[in-house]
Amino acid sequence: MQPHLLELTDVSKVFETAGRRAEVLSAVDLSVARGEFVSLIGPSGSGKSTILNLLAGLDRPSGGSIRYDGRPLDGISPRIAYLTQHDSLFPWLCVEDNVALPLDIRNIDRQTRRQAVGDILNKVGLAGYERHYPRQLSGGMQKRAMLARTLIYEPETILMDEPFGPLDAQLKLVLQAELMRLWSGSGKTILFVTHDIVEAITLSDRVVVLSRQPTRIKHIEEITIPRPRDVRDVRFAPSFEAHYKALWDAIEIFGTTGREIAEPVS
Amino acid sequence: MTTPALDLPAAVMKTIAPSMLRRPRDPVPAYRVLFFLVVIGAWQAVSGRLVSPFWVSSPMEIGATLWAWSLSGLLWRHLFVTFQETAAGFLIGASLAITGALLVGRSETARRTLDPFLTAIYGVPKVALAPLFIMWFGIGLMPKIVLAAVSVFFLVFFNTLSGIREVDRRLVEAMVLMGGSRADVQRRVVLPASLPWIFTGLKLGLPYGFVGAVAAEMMASNQGIGFLTQDSAGQFNTAGVFAALFALMVVTTLLNAGLGALERRLFRWR
Repeated sequence: MQPHLLELTDVSKVFETAGRRAEVLSAVDLSVARGEFVSLIGPSGSGKSTILNLLAGLDRPSGGSIRYDGRPLDGISPRIAYLTQHDSLFPWLCVEDNVALPLDIRNIDRQTRRQAVGDILNKVGLAGYERHYPRQLSGGMQKRAMLARTLIYEPETILMDEPFGPLDAQLKLVLQAELMRLWSGSGKTILFVTHDIVEAITLSDRVVVLSRQPTRIKHIEEITIPRPRDVRDVRFAPSFEAHYKALWDAIEIFGTTGREIAEPVS
Repeated sequence: MTTPALDLPAAVMKTIAPSMLRRPRDPVPAYRVLFFLVVIGAWQAVSGRLVSPFWVSSPMEIGATLWAWSLSGLLWRHLFVTFQETAAGFLIGASLAITGALLVGRSETARRTLDPFLTAIYGVPKVALAPLFIMWFGIGLMPKIVLAAVSVFFLVFFNTLSGIREVDRRLVEAMVLMGGSRADVQRRVVLPASLPWIFTGLKLGLPYGFVGAVAAEMMASNQGIGFLTQDSAGQFNTAGVFAALFALMVVTTLLNAGLGALERRLFRWR
């Protein structure tokens, strides 16, 4: 079997602020294969974003090791992109210039840059909005622009932190479908943080359930629904109910398991 | 007979509708003209009747002086000198301030070390430095340029520095994540993000630069609007003093209008 692209071994993270010690991650072991789509779900405050920050190289683990493509991960890597939760488009640049920025800082010539920007904006459905400034775009369009800016420099791994969190249900479906379309066959590895169980099942090869702090991996659910999947039909797949139940049972809500709060409707 | 009668309303609508659909006109510009005329009229009425023209001159006399000065070229010559000093001082002061703030802004330690000293110097009335600069640089353009530059420097410097400290950390992070170097962060994030603050500094600084140049002219000079004011006062030419002051007012108004237009162009994204 091919070695894993991403390997977390016994990773822990401790934050110390004003003399108080908070253990956020404890003994996290996780391996992700090249080209895999893995979602992380868990109760809020379960250190999902902390894991992504470590993988992005923005932060270092307090213990354990993170290996990427066989080598220890050391700081920020151009092969790993991070689509953060908050809006990070540059408000003074129009869509075109925002999206071209990663190429611009790599000194790619103008002609190639324009070509690439045109292609990618077409792919994410933003053609015609080249000269718009971020504040003139809706929330969904801003997400598309951020996605375009991430895809344009062809990173092999993309970390996504609740990218569709604040969007309405229909728009979420549309963007999930587009993400599926862009990902399938691209060979890219995606780590996707969400708190939406259905979204996790819809998109992922595997769903990793995290516990409350100090976060450990509580359960890993292999999603067997065959691809290609239609985001609208996933919930009617025969195995959907079993996945949904298993994940719901594993997630701790209000410090307990889902079963004790309410039986899931399916 | 019926056809033209029927056509008329449509034709009328075509010509009248746009002007009727226009929003009601802003009355403020008209009020401004009115206010100006009332003040000038009152001044003209009071002068020579209630107060001697020796003290307050009169709008007519001031107008005549301005007219004579502009015909003889005297006004333009002195205005141009003051303009040169202000522009040079402004450019030098502002560019030093922006560069300095970008450098100091990179390190919180540097900023905190320098802060009390800069604040102390900032608190000194800049006019008080004029004698020193005249001593150092003589009575030519130089001391005026330096005083204008110093006056501009601090306002631009402190504003730029606050702008740099307000830069969204997440945008800096985004730049680093997509592979940006330290220089990219400075040039492509910090500078554009603090541009609105820099511009506020420039807008505040410009009139101060002007004040600096004119103040230095009034102390030791043989040209410039400041000299013209001082010279007229020395000859008890009240109309001349007012005419020079009026020219100063026109210049600051024009400078501010120019900066305002530039600002609207630069910050279309806001």
